[in-house]
Amino acid sequence: MKYIVCVKQVPDTSGKVAVKEDGTMDRSKMATIINPDDLNAVEAALTLKDKNPEAKVIVVSMGPPPAAKMMHELLAMGADEAVLVSGREFGGSDTFATSQILAGAIAHIGLEQDDIVFCGRQAIDGDTAQVGPQIAEKLDLPQVSYAADIEQEAGKLKVKRILEDGYMVIEAPTPCLITCIKELNQPRYMTVKGILEFDQKPYTVFDFETLKDEPLIELDTIGLKGSPTNVYKSFSPPVKGAGITVEPTAEGIGSMVSTLAAKHII
Amino acid sequence: MSNYDCRDIQAFSGVMVFCEQREGVMNQTSFELLSEGRKLADDLGVDLWGLLLGSGVEELAKQPGGYGADKVFVVDDPLLEPYTTDAYTKVITEVVKEKRPEILLIGATNLGRDLGPRIAARLHTGLTADATHLDIDTKKYMDFLAEASNLDLTKGKWNMEDKGLKMTRPAFGGHLMATIICPRFRPQMSTVRPGVLACAEFDAAKAETVTVEPLKVPLAESDIRAKVLEVVKETKEIVDLIGAEVIVSVGGGISKDVEGGLKLAEELAEAFGGGVVGASRAVVDAGWLPSDRQVGQTGKTVRPRIYVALGISGAIQHKAGMQDSEYIIAVNSNPDAPIFEAADYAISGDLYKVVPLMIEALKEV
Ligand SMILES: Cc1cc2nc3c(=O)[nH]c(=O)nc-3n(C[C@H](O)[C@H](O)[C@H](O)COP(=O)(O)OP(=O)(O)OC[C@H]3O[C@@H](n4cnc5c(N)ncnc54)[C@H](O)[C@@H]3O)c2cc1C
Ligand SMILES: Cc1cc2nc3c(=O)[nH]c(=O)nc-3n(C[C@H](O)[C@H](O)[C@H](O)COP(=O)(O)OP(=O)(O)OC[C@H]3O[C@@H](n4cnc5c(N)ncnc54)[C@H](O)[C@@H]3O)c2cc1C
Repeated sequence: MKYIVCVKQVPDTSGKVAVKEDGTMDRSKMATIINPDDLNAVEAALTLKDKNPEAKVIVVSMGPPPAAKMMHELLAMGADEAVLVSGREFGGSDTFATSQILAGAIAHIGLEQDDIVFCGRQAIDGDTAQVGPQIAEKLDLPQVSYAADIEQEAGKLKVKRILEDGYMVIEAPTPCLITCIKELNQPRYMTVKGILEFDQKPYTVFDFETLKDEPLIELDTIGLKGSPTNVYKSFSPPVKGAGITVEPTAEGIGSMVSTLAAKHII
Repeated sequence: MSNYDCRDIQAFSGVMVFCEQREGVMNQTSFELLSEGRKLADDLGVDLWGLLLGSGVEELAKQPGGYGADKVFVVDDPLLEPYTTDAYTKVITEVVKEKRPEILLIGATNLGRDLGPRIAARLHTGLTADATHLDIDTKKYMDFLAEASNLDLTKGKWNMEDKGLKMTRPAFGGHLMATIICPRFRPQMSTVRPGVLACAEFDAAKAETVTVEPLKVPLAESDIRAKVLEVVKETKEIVDLIGAEVIVSVGGGISKDVEGGLKLAEELAEAFGGGVVGASRAVVDAGWLPSDRQVGQTGKTVRPRIYVALGISGAIQHKAGMQDSEYIIAVNSNPDAPIFEAADYAISGDLYKVVPLMIEALKEV
């Protein structure tokens, strides 16, 4: 049994974000982290493995070679194997292309009866939440997104799927794909043993040569050129003009309220 | 359905809006998309179609007409209630293959974001995520940029004849806006953020006369692999943030006296003639208010007439959900708080002192 987890390395957007003159991100100026939802996905796989110790957890990431450091962390957390999908031909892929390549990589690893593919719901840089469902489609797997609780039974999963005003309980046969949200669990830390032993675990790089004959990958719809969507323009969101400063006194606030009333806003 | 070719641009025409309903109620986002879809269809000189799926939904079928649809396609099947990814993907892709719209819009609700990528992948086309602005006409797009960006529009070449869909969306947690295009495949697809696009007035006469075309798509129980065992509503007290005219939101600044801070926010909302209390994520994470009150990137996007931010720092993820409010009043004890960059009225002071003064002043008008 395998739990395959897709993990993305992302710039940390929670602090200051460096935007270049031309409106694109200056990634070189930003720290990189493991995408937060993906840590929940890894934890979901490790939790299931705690109950099925014979199962293998394989983390898969597509990105440039420096992502290796992140893969080491994931191995130190308890993952059994890591696969880095890396190649110039893959760069600039949109979600359609990315999911095609990741689906090809997963097919290359091989998917069997009881296997589960885990993704985060959303990456904090691209912010699309599209890659998970698109991988599921390419691999022809049933999907459950927004998972907040997962139970594995023989040949199937029972998943609590969050809605805006409640939740659904969904039963899906395995193999299937699950996208995880932060409510699902509390990701564990690396262990000392894990840190000492990560370099004895299998770490593989799939490059273009490895994957180019995978039937799921169409060579004319990958990378920047092949992607169906293109970024036409990008720009920083507008900053509002300076507002009016109001003194925190009865007079200051009274005059603000009168202005609002005079403008019929209240 | 023969010869369906996603690359044959000329074979596609018309704007289609997926009209999401849950338990027999069409959601507000569908109306927003239809209203916007009408404008896009007019710019292209084509028809606007609503697409409604469900079980026993005939009664809803005319509603999209009231928001501008020329025609509504309805697929009614017991297997379409409740929503499942498998059934909805199958039916919608089949309808698209038959009707070949050049544009397909889906609300970026929890279900829409589950469904959209699955459909796009099956149809072999691109998908823009969570768009907040759409344009066909290049001139209108440039007008939008002139207002929404500081790009130099005199630079570069502009194809004024271009009729491709330009889909603008926030990325990187709202730090960056990107306009996405899908030039080589059809349909051009986008999920669209709820609560952002303006909704037209419902036109009862148009709803009455709209053409409803029932469609049959073969669907079997075995098509549905991931099955819904139950749907549970967690109806605490439903607070309609998205529809509210006045929202008073509280942030980490109420930590000193949570109960007192919440009470002041309620009273202030009341003093504005009735409003609802929203929250930043700090408040939701602390468990002081339920998650349906959260405003921001991972909460709700709101556009009330008046938005009051009490003790909210103004992190970009919070601003992403409220910066389009008509009037923003911010109260914060830190004069350098980033929330003031978004504020029309900036009050630098202790909320526990400022809010009672606001309530007093409001009582006098
Ligand atoms: C400004 C901007 C806007 C964009 N807008 C769009 C758009 O509207 N439509 C579009 O199709 N593309 C878009 N893209 C491209 C998109 O960001 C990339 O394709 C990106 O690699 C994947 O999308 P995401 O970051 O949104 O991931 P998401 O779909 O949000 O990721 C969901 C999950 O998929 C898995 N995953 C995603 N990427 C990887 C990876 N590289 N390796 C391993 N697992 C992964 C992770 O488990 C992750 O949690 C945009 C890019 C930019 C820079
Ligand atoms: C991926 C991601 C998604 C996120 N999504 C959201 C989201 O949807 N919505 C959201 O809100 N956040 C979101 N966040 C979190 C966001 O980054 C901030 O951490 C959060 O908004 C902080 O909330 P706050 O400003 O209320 O609290 P704090 O940061 O604790 O700020 C409290 C503020 O109150 C002021 N204050 C203190 N005492 C007083 C007083 N007596 N009177 C007046 N002012 C006072 C302080 O000066 C300070 O500015 C997200 C973060 C990430 C990484």
